[in-house]
Amino acid sequence: MTGRRTIRAGGERLSAPLHVRSALVCAGLVAVALAVGLASIATGDFSLTPDEIVDALLGRGAAGTSFIVWDLRLPRLLVGLLVGGALGAAGAIFQSLTRNPLGSPDIIGFTWGAAAAAVLAIIVTGGGQLATAGGALAGGTLTAAAVYLLALRGGDSGYRLILVGIGISAMLAALTALLIARAQLGSAQAARAWLAGTLDGRGWEYALPLGAALVVLAPLVAALVPRLAVIELGEDAARGLGVDVQRSRLAMLAVAVALTAVATAATGPIAFVALAAPQLARRLTRLSGPNVVAAALMGATLLVSGDLLSQRLFGSGQLPVGVTTGALGAVYLIWLLQRRWR
Amino acid sequence: MTRTAPRVLGIAGLLAGLVVVMLVSVAVGARPIPLGTVVDQILHPDRTPEGIVVHDLRIPRTLLGVMVGAALGVAGTLMQALTRNPLADPGLLGVNAGAAAAVVLAMVVLGTTAPAAYVWFALLGALAALLLVHALGARGHGVGTPARLALAGMAVSAALAALVAAMILLRPTVFDQFREWELGSLSGRGQGIAATVAPFVGVGLLVAVALGRPLNAIALGEETGRALGAHIGRIRAAGALAVALLCGAATAAAGPIGFIGLVVPHMARVICGPDQRWILAYAVVLAPTLLLGADVIGRVVDRPGEVQVGVVTALLGAPAFIALVRRRRLVRL
Repeated sequence: MTGRRTIRAGGERLSAPLHVRSALVCAGLVAVALAVGLASIATGDFSLTPDEIVDALLGRGAAGTSFIVWDLRLPRLLVGLLVGGALGAAGAIFQSLTRNPLGSPDIIGFTWGAAAAAVLAIIVTGGGQLATAGGALAGGTLTAAAVYLLALRGGDSGYRLILVGIGISAMLAALTALLIARAQLGSAQAARAWLAGTLDGRGWEYALPLGAALVVLAPLVAALVPRLAVIELGEDAARGLGVDVQRSRLAMLAVAVALTAVATAATGPIAFVALAAPQLARRLTRLSGPNVVAAALMGATLLVSGDLLSQRLFGSGQLPVGVTTGALGAVYLIWLLQRRWR
Repeated sequence: MTRTAPRVLGIAGLLAGLVVVMLVSVAVGARPIPLGTVVDQILHPDRTPEGIVVHDLRIPRTLLGVMVGAALGVAGTLMQALTRNPLADPGLLGVNAGAAAAVVLAMVVLGTTAPAAYVWFALLGALAALLLVHALGARGHGVGTPARLALAGMAVSAALAALVAAMILLRPTVFDQFREWELGSLSGRGQGIAATVAPFVGVGLLVAVALGRPLNAIALGEETGRALGAHIGRIRAAGALAVALLCGAATAAAGPIGFIGLVVPHMARVICGPDQRWILAYAVVLAPTLLLGADVIGRVVDRPGEVQVGVVTALLGAPAFIALVRRRRLVRL
């Protein structure tokens, strides 16, 4: 138990264990995310100096600069941070619930449910924001509910949840591919770009609903995570400690699905963040347990870094961020696995 | 010994089923041909319109289906036995992703549209992905545990999927080709593709047959297997080679077809128990039956067009798989 301190306030009434390394990692991630965020506001087709950014943020900048900062780059950055954070937290919850490092929303079937419905919306309606986001929300939630109900039999084992999820995902992926192959090339490309996950053109009309949804969800996550840690000790132990395992699991699952749903509705399914962020966070903090905060910060950092990278390497609007996070997250995970297992 | 007779009977029954499905596959299509005419054509070939359809289109397609099905079923069986992981399948361990990425690379760099040229790329891609996953998951002490391999496979798949997405999004023409290819189909893959990939499938199946007994030793756990005299490293290497040959050839010939490799070993285990030699034998017969059955269904539901077999296998294989997961206590390998 080295490296753990207990912080107390008001005598013994409020106390929480504090893991020093974990706190340092979180602080480091915040710093990296801020630096990357600053860089992505400062660079682009029009470069801005730090002074210009500060002026624009305080409302004293020139009209053009203000427009670039307030209407283009800031909301995009916020959407990236929020989506990354939501995906990281959801991934941590899913992986803890299923007790499997592969138990990410991509595998549970959520992502493909959202994708199939959204692709249908893009191909049928031409792809307005509302239709696409609504399709993603509805498809994803329905799929998650179907997977949970199908896996629910004599107690919902985490393993069965993953297996059922794999089955449902494969069906939906095939349907999506069929839709794309039969569509006009134009809508097929729009659908494919959405499927890769992109932050292009994400303004306040995306950032505000996303922020509002996460403000509602964050307290729920904070309230439920301690139970998750207890359930990880084992179902019997958790029951002995007075936790209603079945109900807590269902609640956690619902929250994680909601987190993924709002994130996916905003940007499309961004590959690998939910899978990689909790794994990376766990290895950096060297802490067992759900690690939701570190995973969320890691997810946000990964996503905005990936966006900055794909914009600078390929020019803005060329390569969706989902492609870059996929590559970036995968390479990091490969490196970490290889280092840890040597 | 007492359990051998029912197993032989079972496999004979499945073989009969496969023959029936093959005949139906020759008979069904945009231009239906009566079963009697099909048998007649096979015994006495001629160049009537029916004869041309049967010999030039339906029979090659059916044989391709048998070969691809057997390759995928055996590859899935090998992977599940080697990794002792009920989730292992060519998709999960990144092998299909490797083959697909290599094929897209061939489309982008060489501008090749001839499926015969994909074969080598798909094989190399499958082998490279498998070696990479193996190098990551099986290095150092405590050789490749199932969780490690699966996690490594996931990471490699994701990296390759990102590579593919980048290539097809940056090149619209390649995207147009790829969206057809990624569905997985037994038709429109060009003449002679079956003959091109057959040797690879043959070698892969032979290696798999030789691995039957050693796999049983591995199934008891690595320590026990080693104590029984099994060369774990050699078995793994041979298994990996076989999987790469089978999956690379199948993917090159028909595009990525999911679910056969995942479902078939589970079905075989339910029918014939845990002996890997029997599971392999059942997989060789079961997998082509399923694949051809799916192909026939795809030809019937959307006449005169057709739904690609990769879509049908996923739509039918997934519910069957879910039913399997729900009905039994989860198989532990």
